[in-house]
Amino acid sequence: MPNDAIEARNISKIFGQGEAAVRALDNVSVSISQGEFFTLLGPSGCGKTTLLRMIAGFESPTSGQILLDGADVTELPPNKRPVNTVFQSYALFPHLTVAQNVAFGLQMLGKPRAEVAETTDRMLALVKLDQMAGRKTSQLSGGQQQRVALARALAPAPRVLLLDEPLSALDLKLRKEMQIELKRLQHETGITFIFVTHDQEEALTMSDRIAVMSAGKIQQIGAPRDIYTRPVNRFVAGFIGETNFLAAEAANGRVTLKGGGPTDATVESGRSGAVTVAIRPEQVRIGAPGEGSLPATLRDLVYFGTDTHCYLTLADGSEVVVRLQSPASGDVGLEPGAEVGLSFAPGAAQVLGD
Amino acid sequence: MANLEDRQDARSARNGWLLSTPALVLLALAAVGPLFIMLVYSFLVPGKYGNVEWGFSTDGWTGILFSRDIFDDTVKLADAHLTIFWRSIKLSLLTTIFTFAVGFPTAWFIATRPPRARPFWLFLITIPFWTNLLIRTYAINEVIRIEGLMNTILLKLGLITEPLRIIYTDFAVFIGMTYVYLPLMVLPMFAAIDRFDMRLLEAGYDLYATRWQILRRIILPVVKPGIIAGSILVFVPSLGAYVTPRVLGGGKQMMISNFIELQFGQGRNWPLGAALSMLLLVVVTIALLIYVRYANRETSHG
Repeated sequence: MPNDAIEARNISKIFGQGEAAVRALDNVSVSISQGEFFTLLGPSGCGKTTLLRMIAGFESPTSGQILLDGADVTELPPNKRPVNTVFQSYALFPHLTVAQNVAFGLQMLGKPRAEVAETTDRMLALVKLDQMAGRKTSQLSGGQQQRVALARALAPAPRVLLLDEPLSALDLKLRKEMQIELKRLQHETGITFIFVTHDQEEALTMSDRIAVMSAGKIQQIGAPRDIYTRPVNRFVAGFIGETNFLAAEAANGRVTLKGGGPTDATVESGRSGAVTVAIRPEQVRIGAPGEGSLPATLRDLVYFGTDTHCYLTLADGSEVVVRLQSPASGDVGLEPGAEVGLSFAPGAAQVLGD
Repeated sequence: MANLEDRQDARSARNGWLLSTPALVLLALAAVGPLFIMLVYSFLVPGKYGNVEWGFSTDGWTGILFSRDIFDDTVKLADAHLTIFWRSIKLSLLTTIFTFAVGFPTAWFIATRPPRARPFWLFLITIPFWTNLLIRTYAINEVIRIEGLMNTILLKLGLITEPLRIIYTDFAVFIGMTYVYLPLMVLPMFAAIDRFDMRLLEAGYDLYATRWQILRRIILPVVKPGIIAGSILVFVPSLGAYVTPRVLGGGKQMMISNFIELQFGQGRNWPLGAALSMLLLVVVTIALLIYVRYANRETSHG
C-alpha cells in the first residue's frame, strides 16, 4: 500500500533475558497513513513509548519490521531516518538560542546557510516564537519550550513527526491551547503525526485514529467515535471514558441482562452463554417504575454541575451509573431510595469480546 | 524607623569587619606580606653570598630576558632563560592537552556508570592523593630509569636490545606531570558530565547528527565549564611544577620553579629569583582572570 507512511509488521520486543525477560511489545502490527494524526493510547508500561522509540530508531525490535514509505528502515539508525521526535522532556540544547535549536537539524543535514535561515524563520513564525529567536531556551516558559521543541522537530520537514507525551508537563489551560495548536500545525504542515499519550480525552479530541494499547498489544484501532461507541473489549471500554459493565446471557443471537430485561444488543449467532454488556452512563434513561425494561433502585445522587450522576442498583445487585444532564433548576427530581425503570438508548448497548 | 534600620545596618557591617579581622590579619601576614617582600627584593642588588643588599636596581627584572657578559660587559638575550620558559610553557600545555585527552573519556566513563558504582571509580581516581608527591615521583623514576622496571621487562622480553633513554628528558617530565595532574582534570569534568542531560544525545541523534557531530556540537559545548576548570587546575600547577622536573628531568631539564630555586641557591641572585616569581604569579593571574571573565559571560547569558 503506497499510502502508508509508516507500517509496523509483527513487532515484538523483549527486554532482558531468561527469568527477568519482559515482553514490552507482543506481535504488534499497525499501518499509519500519510498525513494522519495517529495516537497510541494506553496506561504507562503498555508499550506505546517503546513502539514510538522503535519508529524513531532508538530501539530495535526483537523481531518484526518497520517500514517507512514502503521501505524497510528497521536497521537504520535515528540520524538516517526522515523521522523527528518531540521528546517528553523537550531535550532542548541549553547552550544554543531558540533559533539555533530550530536550525540544528537543518545544519546537520548540510542545508545551505540561506535555506537554514529561511526555514528557521518560517518555523519560528509557525509556532509564534519569532520574537524569541535570540533567547536562550532556559529563559522560556514551559509552553514556549514546548513550541521550540515542535519547531525544531518540524524544521527538517520529516516524513513522520513523533510526539512522546509532549503535553504532560503543561498545566491544564496550556495543555488545551497546545492541543488546538498541534492540530493546526498538523493541518498546516500535512506531516504524519504519531502521538503518544495516556490521556484518553486528549486522544479522543485530537486524533484521526487511535490505537488503544495494553500489555504490549494493540487492543483496538479505530476512529475516536468507533473506539468510544463500539469498544471491542472490557479493557478498551473501561480505559476510554466511563462504562457500566453488566452481566448478561446470550442465546440465539439475543442478549438478556442478568438484572432482568432484554436488550437490543446483538451477538454473533454462534455465541451463547455468559457475556458482558457495556453501556455508557449517558446512554441510559431513567423513567417511572415499570417503564423501560430494567427495574432499579436509586441509591445516590452526585451533582457535578453540567451533569448529575445517579448511582443505581439492579435486581441482581449489580450497580449502574447514569449520567443526566442537569436541568436549569439543578434538581433532577429524584430522591435516593426511589424505585425507577431504566431503558437504554437504541444501539447503545454493546456486547464485549472477552 | 528607616533611620533605626540604617543604624542597625551600619552596626552589623561594623561587626562584620570586626569578626573578619583575624582572617584579614592572617591574609595580610601570610599572603600579601611575603609577596610584598618578594616585590621589594626584586628591585634590590644581589649580595655576594646570597641574600640582598639595599640599593635600588632593575637588574633583577632585566635579568629575566637579558644577561650581561662577564668579560666585555655587553648585554645580550639570555638564550638559556628563554629555553627554560619555553620548556615550562610547552610542557604545561602538553600536559593540559594530554590530561584532557585521557581525562575526558575517563570522566565520561565514570559519569555514565550506575550511580551505585560511581563512588568506587572516583575513589580509584583519588587514591594517588594518599601518597606524598615526592614518593610518587620517585616511583615513576624507578619505572622509567635506565635500569628500571620498564626497561628490564622490555629487555627480558627481547622487544628492545638497548634500554630506552626516557629518564632526564622533557618526555620524562611530561609523563610525570600527566600522571600527577590527571585527577585534577578528571574531577571537574566528571562534575560537568554528571550534570549533562543524556537525553540531549538522543535529541541530537534524532536530528541527523553523527556521533562525531554530537560530541563536537552538543557534548563539548555543554560541558565546557568543566573542561576549562580542569584545564586551569592542570595548567597552573604544571607551570609552577618543581618536584617533577627536579626528580624526572634531572638537573638539566629545568622548569621555571627549578630556575627560581637555583637563583636563591647556587645562583646567589635573589633579585632575579624574586622577579621570576613575580612574573610567574602575573602569568597565572592573567590565566585565571581570562577564565573568570569567560565564566561570568557564560552565566550572564543564563
